[in-house]
Amino acid sequence: MNQTATTEQAGTGAQLELVDVVKQYAGQKAPAVGGLSLTVEPGETVMFVGPSGCGKTTSLKMINRLIEPDSGRILIDGEDITAHDPTRLRRSIGYVIQGGGLLPHMTVADNVGLVPGLLHWERDRTAERVDELLDMVGLDPHVYRDRFPKELSGGQQQRVGVARGLAADPPIVLMDEPFGAVDPITRQRLQDELMSIQEELRKTIVCVTHDIDEAIKLGDRILILQEGAHIAQYDAPETILASPADDFVADFIGSGSKLKQLTLQRVGELGLSHPQTCRVGEPVAEVVPRVEAAGERSVVVLDERDRPREWLFLRTLAQHRTVPAPGHALQTVVDHRSTLSDALDAMLVSSHGGAMVTGARDRYLGVISYDTVTAHIQGLQKEAL
Amino acid sequence: MRRLSTLSREDKLLIQGLPAFVVLVLAAWVIWRLTADLGDVEARLLTWSNILELTWQHLQIVLICTVLVLALAVPCGVLLTRSRAAFLSPLVTGIANAGQAAPVIGVIVLLALVLGFGLWTAVLALTLYAFLPVLANTVAGLRGVDRGTVEAARGMGMSPTQVLMRVELPVAMPVIMAGARTALVLLVGAAAFATFIDAGGLGLLVQTGIIMFRYSILVSGAILVALLALLVEWAGRVMELLLRPRGLV
Repeated sequence: MNQTATTEQAGTGAQLELVDVVKQYAGQKAPAVGGLSLTVEPGETVMFVGPSGCGKTTSLKMINRLIEPDSGRILIDGEDITAHDPTRLRRSIGYVIQGGGLLPHMTVADNVGLVPGLLHWERDRTAERVDELLDMVGLDPHVYRDRFPKELSGGQQQRVGVARGLAADPPIVLMDEPFGAVDPITRQRLQDELMSIQEELRKTIVCVTHDIDEAIKLGDRILILQEGAHIAQYDAPETILASPADDFVADFIGSGSKLKQLTLQRVGELGLSHPQTCRVGEPVAEVVPRVEAAGERSVVVLDERDRPREWLFLRTLAQHRTVPAPGHALQTVVDHRSTLSDALDAMLVSSHGGAMVTGARDRYLGVISYDTVTAHIQGLQKEAL
Repeated sequence: MRRLSTLSREDKLLIQGLPAFVVLVLAAWVIWRLTADLGDVEARLLTWSNILELTWQHLQIVLICTVLVLALAVPCGVLLTRSRAAFLSPLVTGIANAGQAAPVIGVIVLLALVLGFGLWTAVLALTLYAFLPVLANTVAGLRGVDRGTVEAARGMGMSPTQVLMRVELPVAMPVIMAGARTALVLLVGAAAFATFIDAGGLGLLVQTGIIMFRYSILVSGAILVALLALLVEWAGRVMELLLRPRGLV
């Protein structure tokens, strides 16, 4: 999600501006949000982070007026929305919440088609849109359209939640801890998917998270908030990591900020190596000499659609006549858009000291090795000296 | 019925077993009625047409009251869960509690002294009596709807009315229906008192049996009221099953 894409492609996002927004809850001395002002450019992803109780969620909910601000102005493309009818306003702003927040008595299709329905879209158009979005978030519409939320896993519910937030093609999407309720592996996958969706749609996204790594990974800019929603720093992740504004920010991003750079670097930006490959069903007698001739001891197995299926040692392969089709799911595959820190995670479970890298439609691109990554880290450290 | 497979074993037993039991007992009573050597009074009261007439009257009272209770208690429950009307809560729940706590026979007779005898006085007293379970369950059902679900619905741009009609009420439906079923069964039993103020129903058999020391009439009345209650309970369960939104456990 780098900013150059914004200029290349006319984004569908809108500009969002908060001017001196204040919210004070009854019975509390200090305001929850005390005069927050910021601008989010069209097509930009801004992450709100900060310690719990810093007012980040309150700030987010004031944008779609689930919480009414006491004073201040909120402008979308220059138009003050604090005077609009809140119900209508919310239909024009996407909203994604933790766990998906799906309505339990409605099917997946009805959940995703909720906002188009409220906007009185025609039935066919809504149905088409629902299928398109389910496809986009990686759920087969034919399989999942008629299911109920309780029949889905946490990660799948969250995917439907994202699809629902995007359904009516809103220029601005608000996300409230969208991936807080799923396991780390699913979270990483959902983040990758969101990034590739955003690459295509260029929405204006405001996302609340408590996870600084998530903020660094997803954000074009990060807003670090202190108590009362006072801005500690509002900058690009690289800038925040390189020069934190004060001790609060430095503490918040934590030590080892050089290591956090791993969350900024994509696998595809590093050199991949290309060990020998073979196809499922190929005779082993042909594969083994070829691999040995290349001086290697293991081989990457691809299926008929070029997707990596396994990474086998020759001695394992030698027990078969033809290359077998493995049954279990792979852990050692990373997307080329994954961060280096995700790739290191995947390598921990690999016995080959590397991870297989895939591109569009899960096609095999090559292998990223542990040595490449450590060499890169050492390079970073030298740079710092 | 695909929904049947989602039920627990006890519920399945009740749904399939109750009608069988009712048919069995009813058949036994019919055989007794056909074969017993009845006295003059019994023969006159227990004619088939008279039994049907009384059962129909009984059902009428129950149905009118049920419609009234649902039409009044559900909106009341909705109102009490809106933050703007929350202050009314103690008053309404107080009245509803009193309505159920007061002995129904006393309420019927006292109301009759004020308003006169007849069907509508009985309906008023019984409606008060069955009000609480529906009100309490509506409130409990609506309060039980996950706050996150409601906020998600608002965040999508549903108006307050749409949130109520399309999210809160459907999700609370199973709990509300359980209250309605309780109210129905209470009503079948309590409607037997309607006869004291000349509003008819199967209670007439019980009352006549007691006054004239004819136990066969008394027992016949009691059996028929009990069977009707079981049948209504069964109908309530079937309704619950059919009205439960799919997707809810």
